[in-house]
Amino acid sequence: VNELTLVQAVNRGLQQAMRDDPDVVLLGEDIGVNGGVFRATEGLLKEFGEERVLDTPLSETGIVGTAVGMALYGLKPVAEIQFLDFIYPAFDQIVSELSKFRYRSGGQYPCHVVIRTPYGGGIKGGLYHSQSTEAYFAHTAGLKVVVPSTPADAKGLLLTAVYDEDPVIFLEPKRIYRSVTGEVPDGDHRIPFGHARLVREGTDVSVFAYGAMVPVVAEAAEALGGEGISAEVIDLRTLVPLDEAAVLASVEKTGRAVIVHEAARFCGFGGELAAVLAEKAFYSLKAPIARVTGYDTPFPYALENLYLPNAERVAHAVRQTARAG
Amino acid sequence: MSATKEPSTVAAQSAAPEKAGLPPEEILAAYRVMVLARTTDDRCLSLQRQGRIGFYVPASGQEAAQVGAARALRPEDWVFPAYREIGVALARGVPLQLLLDQFIGNSGDLLKGRQMPNHYGFREFNFVSGSSPIGTQISQAVGAAMASRRRKDAAVTIAFFGDGATSSNDFHAGLNFAGVYRAPTIFFCQNNQWAISLPRSRQTRSETLAEKAAAYGFPGVVVDGTDLPAVYAAVAEARRRAVAGEGPTLIEAQVYRFGPHSTSDDPRRYRSDSELAHWKETDPLKRVKELLVTAGLLDDAKDTAVWEEARRLVTTALEAAEKTAPLEPASFLEDVFAAPTPRLVEERAEFEGLLRDGVVRP
Repeated sequence: VNELTLVQAVNRGLQQAMRDDPDVVLLGEDIGVNGGVFRATEGLLKEFGEERVLDTPLSETGIVGTAVGMALYGLKPVAEIQFLDFIYPAFDQIVSELSKFRYRSGGQYPCHVVIRTPYGGGIKGGLYHSQSTEAYFAHTAGLKVVVPSTPADAKGLLLTAVYDEDPVIFLEPKRIYRSVTGEVPDGDHRIPFGHARLVREGTDVSVFAYGAMVPVVAEAAEALGGEGISAEVIDLRTLVPLDEAAVLASVEKTGRAVIVHEAARFCGFGGELAAVLAEKAFYSLKAPIARVTGYDTPFPYALENLYLPNAERVAHAVRQTARAG
Repeated sequence: MSATKEPSTVAAQSAAPEKAGLPPEEILAAYRVMVLARTTDDRCLSLQRQGRIGFYVPASGQEAAQVGAARALRPEDWVFPAYREIGVALARGVPLQLLLDQFIGNSGDLLKGRQMPNHYGFREFNFVSGSSPIGTQISQAVGAAMASRRRKDAAVTIAFFGDGATSSNDFHAGLNFAGVYRAPTIFFCQNNQWAISLPRSRQTRSETLAEKAAAYGFPGVVVDGTDLPAVYAAVAEARRRAVAGEGPTLIEAQVYRFGPHSTSDDPRRYRSDSELAHWKETDPLKRVKELLVTAGLLDDAKDTAVWEEARRLVTTALEAAEKTAPLEPASFLEDVFAAPTPRLVEERAEFEGLLRDGVVRP
């Protein structure tokens, strides 16, 4: 067990997988000599050589297309897209190819690629280094979508992703790459997909979040505790597969739900969560479902602190939801 | 603008059969495959008009390019097709029955009815499942080639694509990566002169497509795609280079699409009958037949027998395909993931309930 930052945990997860399995190869921009722009791959070129840590030309469709071919052949490629905001040149490869290979071939060609990419705001990254567009991928059949929020989860979910048989979009909350530290188990530590994490037990309101919003929600819940409002905080960890059972069980207990994500609200992942609750927990609900999200604008640069949900906004919504009905 | 055969500015290849290393008996075997491909095409166009298959993409005119290329490969090599490569599939040994089952989308279809006709893939023959987006297979072929080298395998990969694909993102990305990593890949462009309605001259200002390879740092060659031994020789040399670690090759095989882009297309809207007639003078089947007659391996009577045999094979496979049971209705809910997510399990139960209650009918 080691005390690590989230980005160090990603690094240890990659290192562990590469030590254990010679089929694991990394490819991406600036991941070799430079160790990645966030240093997630630091030291890996030195340990594993340029046959397994490929500094690629500047082409996201080339990175993902090449990774798809490697995976079809039997390797376990882990591609890094430098920022989620830069993934769109590879969208065709992800949506038309990677996600559909198993299905379109009748199961003859599984295609297992992990795409790691830092996502989200709060680093003064402006329009093109801040977005949270997980819904595109969660909406695409055939992709698993994973968003860790702690160092232990980052390593454990990443190792599960590497050995999973399906394509995985692994979204790393770059805002908390270094601000969050925690104990991370040594070795081949894996956390299964589809299991939400209970961050804080509560009885009055269920609050659902993932990625960089989890510490924000935890902070709000702590403050609300002092006001006599008991918020239950659940970290979804994987959006696909979704742990619906945990979501429903919590709301059946509290009767109230607040959904928090930094992505824009319209057609955001929170819409799906709200629909699940409306369809399957309607008679448990004592109050309207609330969403605390980014706004339906492009991501603003100078005013990002007003765009992103913070503990005050979350606490405000939880208070209203606790009192409603 | 009429698309005529372009002069080669890179490295014209025209080889006599013996020079190309393709023995006459091999040419006869290739001819049988070419005739089978043409016969299947002709039959499928009419089946589509009769509503017996939903769609079809013909390859007529491109048989020498496809079969010549495939014959220069080994079974362990990986083919990344577009959707017009019936000649490659048949030359790889894919049974005609599997193709007809795929066109119909019955329970014998290895792809389980998931794809439109022609978008097939057969793992057993290292013929990767294709798709409709243009050019995406090009960078994938590069990745598979890099993986083959990492595993220290002798397999090379070959990507098939058309002239239109040379404008796609993945053509550039794939060739660029292949150049940088010296991937053991062959880029086989069938320049059939038309990307649906856009002529080759409007696809790029380059004089040839092959010359684009120079920008990526490896050779590009133009080959007469109606000349079977020439195509074979070009691909055999590209394969030799790949295996020897000399890197990728771009081959532009100049051909002509005799038929429509697909059964949804009417080529009379954009090209002339005289252009088609001009290219039919070098129909690849006619050219191979002449080679075989000269070599004393074929005469008119034997040729008639070759065509009759092809028609019989297609009829037999078609009859069997039409008699094969349809797909299980709920099968479309499988193979999204290795194991279904809870959500997919739930949706399957919902669908089966609707079936049971007669709300939806197969």
